[in-house]
Amino acid sequence: MTDILDILISANFWAAALRIATPLIFGVIGALVCERAGVLNLGIEGIFTAGAMAGWMAVWLGAGLWGGVLVAAMAGAFFGLIHAILTVPLGLSQHVSGIGVTLFATSLSYFIYRTALPDVSSPPRIEAFKPLDIPGLSDLPFLGPALFQQTPLTFLALLLVAITAYVLYRTPLGLAIQAVGDNPAAVESQGLSVYAIRIGTVVAGSAIMALGGAFLTMSAFDAFFFGMVNGRGWICIALTVFASWRPGKALIGALLFGAFDAFQVRLQTEVGSFIPGQLFLMMPYLLSIAALIVVARRADYPRALLVPYFRGQR
Amino acid sequence: MAGLAQDAGVVLRLDGITKRFGALTANGDVSLDLKRGEILALLGENGAGKTTLMNILFGHYVADEGRVMVSPDGTGLSELEPGSPHAALQAGIGMVHQHFTLAENLSALDNILLGTERLAALSSSRAPARRKLEELMARSGLTVSLDARISQLSVGEKQRVEILKALYRDARVLVLDEPTAVLTPQESDTLFATLKKLSDDGLGIIFISHKLAEVLASSHRVAVLRGGRKVADLPTAECDRRKLAELMVGHAIVETMRSPGTPGAPLFVLEKASAGQGRDALREVDLTLKSGEILGIAGVSGNGQTTLARVISGLEPLSSGSMTLEGKGVGQTSARTMIDSGLARIPEDRHHDGIVGAMSVSENLAIEAIRKPENQRLGLLRFSAMRERARNLIKAYDIRCQSEDSPARLLSGGNIQKIVLARTLETVPKVVLAAQPSRGLDVGATSDVHKRLLAARDRGAGVILISEDLDELMRLSDRIAVIHRGHLSEAEASETLDRGSLGLRMAGHSTEDAA
Repeated sequence: MTDILDILISANFWAAALRIATPLIFGVIGALVCERAGVLNLGIEGIFTAGAMAGWMAVWLGAGLWGGVLVAAMAGAFFGLIHAILTVPLGLSQHVSGIGVTLFATSLSYFIYRTALPDVSSPPRIEAFKPLDIPGLSDLPFLGPALFQQTPLTFLALLLVAITAYVLYRTPLGLAIQAVGDNPAAVESQGLSVYAIRIGTVVAGSAIMALGGAFLTMSAFDAFFFGMVNGRGWICIALTVFASWRPGKALIGALLFGAFDAFQVRLQTEVGSFIPGQLFLMMPYLLSIAALIVVARRADYPRALLVPYFRGQR
Repeated sequence: MAGLAQDAGVVLRLDGITKRFGALTANGDVSLDLKRGEILALLGENGAGKTTLMNILFGHYVADEGRVMVSPDGTGLSELEPGSPHAALQAGIGMVHQHFTLAENLSALDNILLGTERLAALSSSRAPARRKLEELMARSGLTVSLDARISQLSVGEKQRVEILKALYRDARVLVLDEPTAVLTPQESDTLFATLKKLSDDGLGIIFISHKLAEVLASSHRVAVLRGGRKVADLPTAECDRRKLAELMVGHAIVETMRSPGTPGAPLFVLEKASAGQGRDALREVDLTLKSGEILGIAGVSGNGQTTLARVISGLEPLSSGSMTLEGKGVGQTSARTMIDSGLARIPEDRHHDGIVGAMSVSENLAIEAIRKPENQRLGLLRFSAMRERARNLIKAYDIRCQSEDSPARLLSGGNIQKIVLARTLETVPKVVLAAQPSRGLDVGATSDVHKRLLAARDRGAGVILISEDLDELMRLSDRIAVIHRGHLSEAEASETLDRGSLGLRMAGHSTEDAA
């Protein structure tokens, strides 16, 4: 028992939780924004990969780190635009289109990586983001190492949660996004374009998702590996339901998942090797399924989620 | 054009509007003027082209020919950009659709604000909007709680939000599509009083309706559409019920009249029957249906009628209480047993629950008796016998279709209802459950349905008629009970009831209040 307590009170554990949560925060905010507008974006797993590859490749080719972040966002926006065009004006199945975008984005990223670097055996490294030293805050006892020794992308993720909440609840654009995911006819009858709002939101949401991928290659690691996204996108889709499509709850969900994951790694070393490590790896996923069962039964789905809108048809 | 005397006060003009959908001409050369402060009723049967015309006006559709002229500032008429709801709103046209266009997850205030501000604005200016709305509400009498989420509002309140949406944008023309379809009689009266007040303030109002009574009571002028063409445009003062009905249908109509029935023994009984959950649940309902009578169930939709119909159909078991048919308990039974015990089911949503659209007319006619020997032998369907029987029924019930092999979904609503009637009534049922049997049907098909139900009653069947149309209930029922929030009032002889007292009870007032 004391060992477990030791884990929970170590600053190192909380720093790891926040670090693991960062790509999930980007992903879940992006997915949430798309779904608020009524579009499920299962392209997320591929968009993560594309963001990871594009951001890293840009820096490797000589762009600055923030230039790489921008390139990653643009890659995400590109695949988001494909998904939006297929599902919004053409009204195709959001599931099929999303899976298609994931396969396309993943394969295209691998293809470009392999074409650009045909001969390397170990992935080349870049100079990744360094933890930010915030004078005053970073030096606080416990809180400093736990919360304030993160890379800039983590702070960007936290800032994005606040910005998304503000836009969604406080601006005319946010009202339109919420309305278009509930009853598109309400938006059209007020003279706004359903297609423009949905397409724009999906493109923006996909750009945010891609930042989650960029964090992996430009902050958590400093290179691009095949399979490095490893299901993080799918976790974000589940976290969106867990969060009831609210940015604040999305942050909590991502942090919980990060904490579980950081916890199981430490528990593995504590308990030793007589329990197979794979069981520990399963733990965060099992817990997220359990959390979903509790929360999702009362989930307040956007009413127009998955429903294509065609003008003049009622 | 602007200087002509006949244009004085005209705020809206439809000029030779034609709209075709494939071979169907939904609107043929329709012209219409609306003056400032005028209430114009647009009357017509289902499919007469009323809603299409208004959707062209509001920019949901683009007309094939003709143009819409508006006078946004009260001076000259200018042409409205076709196909743009945005342009229509800018020109001061507000529209209240039959199916509300509100986002349920937003507050009333946010729904009204939606689309009135620049999307790029950094924040929503709710405070000034609230002040303007409070002033509007005080002036028009349309009160709603601005901070309530739409999902918490009643139907009447939602409609007020829709009207406020238009007023907030300083609409000069307000179009309402079948505004009373979802309201109780009292709510309808309040609505028309409000519209009257708004028109006195100079608002031009068009309301679409097929109800003669409200058109006569509440409009200044009536335009009648039939088959997509305008067949009359005259002051309401020069009209009466009969004249309007004939204009609407195109020929003189004989309204079905009921002769007093001769009720027999109790046939079908519900005792303290409860089922379902939430708003549409059924709570301890007592009901006794005798043979040879029509028992009407009145109520605003969503008060438990759907659950009642599902329970009687055997689709939903009772959670408590009992249901007996000829003394036999059937509270926990299946739809198949109910049909086999002599229930004819005319479902509320005939397209969805009444037919299988992809299957042929003859298959749909046989579908409830598919295991009977006349339709199958050793588990194989007897298609030629089914077709033979279908041809007879098509003739007997005047079902208009290309052949017994055409898919049922291609038929019009009235003819689909005839399939349902033919299928269920030919089995000589003991109990007929008719849920909203004439909803969405035109006058001809409605009178056909009514005749069939009365014939079934005269043959000795008991008929349960669930309807929101008080005229229909008063005309057909021997006794009427009112359902409200899942409670069913005691049935009373329809001669002793009037629209007013029924309306009050539909709104949830007790009998004492009504007296």
